[in-house]
Amino acid sequence: MAYSDKVIDHYENPRNVGSLPKDDANVGTGLVGAPECGDVMKLQVKVNPDTGVIDDAKFKTFGCGSAIASSSLATEWLKGKTVDQALAIKNTDIVAELALPPVKIHCSVLAEDAIKAAIADYKKKQDEKTGAVQPAAQPTA
Amino acid sequence: MKLPIYMDYHATTPVDPRVVDAMLPYFTQHFGNPASRNHSFGWEAEEAVETARKQVADLIGANVKEIIFTSGATEANNLAIKGAAEMYREKGNHIITCVTEHKAVIDTCKKLEKLGARVTYLPVQKDGRISLDELQAAITDKTILITIMAANNEIGVLQPIAEIGAIAKAKGILFHTDAVQAAGKVPFDVNQNKVDLASLSAHKLYGPKGVGALYVRRRNPRVLLAEQISGGGHERGMRSGTLNVPGIVGLGAAAALAKAELTTEAARLSAMRDRLNKKLHDNLDEIYINGSMEHRLPHNLNISFAYVEGESLLMGINDVAVSSGSACTSASLEPSYVLKALGAGDDLAHSSIRFGLGRWTSDEEVDYVVEKLTSVVRRLREMSPLYEMVKEGVDLSKMQWVTH
Repeated sequence: MAYSDKVIDHYENPRNVGSLPKDDANVGTGLVGAPECGDVMKLQVKVNPDTGVIDDAKFKTFGCGSAIASSSLATEWLKGKTVDQALAIKNTDIVAELALPPVKIHCSVLAEDAIKAAIADYKKKQDEKTGAVQPAAQPTA
Repeated sequence: MKLPIYMDYHATTPVDPRVVDAMLPYFTQHFGNPASRNHSFGWEAEEAVETARKQVADLIGANVKEIIFTSGATEANNLAIKGAAEMYREKGNHIITCVTEHKAVIDTCKKLEKLGARVTYLPVQKDGRISLDELQAAITDKTILITIMAANNEIGVLQPIAEIGAIAKAKGILFHTDAVQAAGKVPFDVNQNKVDLASLSAHKLYGPKGVGALYVRRRNPRVLLAEQISGGGHERGMRSGTLNVPGIVGLGAAAALAKAELTTEAARLSAMRDRLNKKLHDNLDEIYINGSMEHRLPHNLNISFAYVEGESLLMGINDVAVSSGSACTSASLEPSYVLKALGAGDDLAHSSIRFGLGRWTSDEEVDYVVEKLTSVVRRLREMSPLYEMVKEGVDLSKMQWVTH
């Protein structure tokens, strides 16, 4: 199987490999995939709560070269985006950028799932922090 | 040392230059059809084919008349299994095989099931071998054939074929073995093992692709097969079609070389394989050998590198040719069914690498592969969320994974 130059580049020089403190309220962690399926991605975002902008993103991936490249690319794209912009990233954007063949589309789907899971985790933590268990509980003045 | 390094000798082997030399005159000079009975061109070709038949028979302790040339081992397996099922259908319709067989056996059995045969697929134990008790228990009065491979193509595990042969003989059941990976690599004798049918391939033995043979026992019992390719009645009527003379000469020459060099080559390769295994274990933790180390081909090693996916590993050692059981490297997108059958978990199948050493493998190459693999495994583990979780004390088997 021939890999595109971009996949090889991300595989050989992965961007943003590592971990952020997962207990930090401003960090959202997404863990998707399963070992028996042959791919697991952990993607983390650190969001500035005042601006809603993603300051940092890190990943670790167990998977093929295309899975590593998809998650590496995702972290590159996430930095500097707002949470809402991040949610607009589609797996098809990753497929196009990395020139993934049809058998590797699931790697891009997994990366999109990881982004969504990381942001959902961040939002959940923010809700818990602000105690915003939702307006019904709020007393009227 | 030349790069890339070939360490995938179970997939195929280069043709030995001595084999090429033996074959060459049969393309242009002695190009006759061995079925031409009335001129010297035919006689020369026939003589060459009969010499090759003797060389193949000698490799496996057979009689020269018991060798049927085919286009390869897939055809030999098809002929043995379909040919026996058809010939002995009055006697019974039950076949026993095993889950780790090559697809040429498994898919042939599945085809026969569609045509009304009953097939038992024996499981394997953790070490990759079948249980003889389970084999005994699977036998019925309708069982006509047991087909169990001599050595596995992925994990190199040797099945207890002498014991299987004895069981089959005692019950009057035919015993076929796919001996493609074993013949010429470890001692394999059709009489000592009470084998009735055995499949061979030239290209796994430093011979050419496109030629193989089926051993068909002629005495005690005399095995008959319904032909699967009809035509001019070549090969005792069991396999019609003009003989591939250069290929057959190549198979014969390859068999003669394999027999002459078997003992020294097996010792050389097992020492080199053990060196590979030891050095990998010295350098890396959490690596697991798939299949029995005791009952194994001398030139095979199959290891799972936990927490690292096989295809990404292959990408990192792109100047070394090996195979992986990972789903991503297979056409089916399923991890290796052989490794799954060992029961170690699909995650370890995804992380496996098969090393096949061969006639031109050197210690220098082994050392290069160890160094390269060590650094890539370490790098990928640094990138692996699973490795990180395990180091943090997480039990991966207790995790709730979001499968997709």
